[in-house]
Amino acid sequence: MIRRAALFIGSLLVVAAVWELYKTLGPEDGGAVLGWNILPRTKDTAMPHVWDMVSRLFDPESRVKDSPIWRVVLAGVWFSLRVAFVGFAIGTSIGVGLAALMARFDVARRGLLPYLVLSQTVPMIALAPLVASWGGKLQLAGWEWPKWLSVAVLGAFLAFFPVAVGTLRGLESAPATSLELMRSFAASGRQTMWKLRFPAAMSFMVPALRLAAAASVIGVVVAEISTGLRGGIGRLIIEYARQASGDPPKVYTAVFGAALLGLMMAAVVGAFEFLVMRHRAPAGDAA
Amino acid sequence: MSQAVEVHELSKVFNPGSTKQVDALVEIDLAVSLGEFVSLIGPSGCGKSTLLRLIANLIEPSHGEVLVNDKPASKARLDQDYGMAFQQAGLFDWRSVVKNVELPLELKGWDRTRRRQRAMEMLQLVKLGDFAEHRPWQLSGGMQQRVAIARALATSPQLLLMDEPFGALDEMTREHMQAELLRICAETGTSVVFVTHSIPEAVYLSDRVVVMSPRPGRITHVVDVELGTRRDLDTREDAAFFKKITEVREALRGLDVDLVGDDLPASVEDR
Repeated sequence: MIRRAALFIGSLLVVAAVWELYKTLGPEDGGAVLGWNILPRTKDTAMPHVWDMVSRLFDPESRVKDSPIWRVVLAGVWFSLRVAFVGFAIGTSIGVGLAALMARFDVARRGLLPYLVLSQTVPMIALAPLVASWGGKLQLAGWEWPKWLSVAVLGAFLAFFPVAVGTLRGLESAPATSLELMRSFAASGRQTMWKLRFPAAMSFMVPALRLAAAASVIGVVVAEISTGLRGGIGRLIIEYARQASGDPPKVYTAVFGAALLGLMMAAVVGAFEFLVMRHRAPAGDAA
Repeated sequence: MSQAVEVHELSKVFNPGSTKQVDALVEIDLAVSLGEFVSLIGPSGCGKSTLLRLIANLIEPSHGEVLVNDKPASKARLDQDYGMAFQQAGLFDWRSVVKNVELPLELKGWDRTRRRQRAMEMLQLVKLGDFAEHRPWQLSGGMQQRVAIARALATSPQLLLMDEPFGALDEMTREHMQAELLRICAETGTSVVFVTHSIPEAVYLSDRVVVMSPRPGRITHVVDVELGTRRDLDTREDAAFFKKITEVREALRGLDVDLVGDDLPASVEDR
């Protein structure tokens, strides 16, 4: 545990060192390699010093708001985390449901799978305003569709796909002899699903959920920007980016926040993994 | 009840009508009495595993009939009249050892205390009572296979169907497991149909050894072993034992197949 924490901090320091090294050595106004203009500029406006970014965290957010910026960023992270988690939960439920359907009925599998793949080629930027405007028209018995739910749905839209594909593979990973065994026990389709296929799928679902957690974060951050939802980390990124010419380190404080958001979602999956896998055989030692 | 298993004019054709048509079994007749131990032996592709799967109703016959405990095989499967064990122990590694044994009882809807009690009895029968809370992957191959046998016996079936259950074990563990299996069968009065590649294993365990030939799969010889019901380490060194081994080997030799013997890789499957 201490080792892992040390590794994590060490890797952060390495990234910071590489950043500073390039900033010292790289060309001020960018540069070209073989005629391609690919070397980033290293001016303070484009690449602020790491210590400027960190110290900016403790300065007031703006001239009108004097609470330190880390508070504002943390509040944004907390807001987006909740939205991302709802999106992750919706996406996972839909993904698992679709996978179960496809594993159970071959017709569903052949009919659905191409559309699932197709769905992921639709750019989310195009979809975001649509979902927001549909959501705005939804009203059920006095309950109004909140704007953040549109953002969560867009996160779910990215998150469901890896879960559906990973879970489907996992459900089909049950060995033939185990399936024969369940048949010899006269197990019903439902019993085979719950007692064999889903437990066997867990080792495929954990990496799929990890992808889904990352996807839901990206979905929520992008959707916050394109639907104009206020209060989250996506909104802060776009707001601070506009001020980058006058206050270059500021946008990076929001980027730190987005990274923190991703870590927290990863921790959620990590906790799930610990719960379901703690009694399993260590890797490469299957029974 | 007359017989544990009755097979009449049983045939199985895979991929009928296509270019890949395989006549896996042709007109098989076989009866297994109550309490009898019958081995199926033959080269790869002779359909011995297919025959076992037909008896278990894991696949449907193309022609003919299978009766288990005087019932159609499908009814017998739904009634859990038999237990089954495969070459791979096939334990679920997300369940503890005792929970693995409880699985068939759980599927039948037994309540928690009753199935735990029954599973513990079964684990004691295979001498693994102390390992109830272990995980399957913490056990050796032989111990895992004993858990699989306990699981197959949990519903107290009168028939055990075994598909090379000791095929993946080393020779010493294998001989030990064979002795254990005979003890368990004697204690429970279970009939067994046992698929194997090993001639000594078939002879040591069985009342009758059924020799099968490939393409198309059929029964060519039935060898009555007649070594009595009490078999131990001395049996393996007995002249009568070697005589029966020779008899089975001769029967297999008549099949004009060169890939026959107890050292055949057991992973080759003839489905």
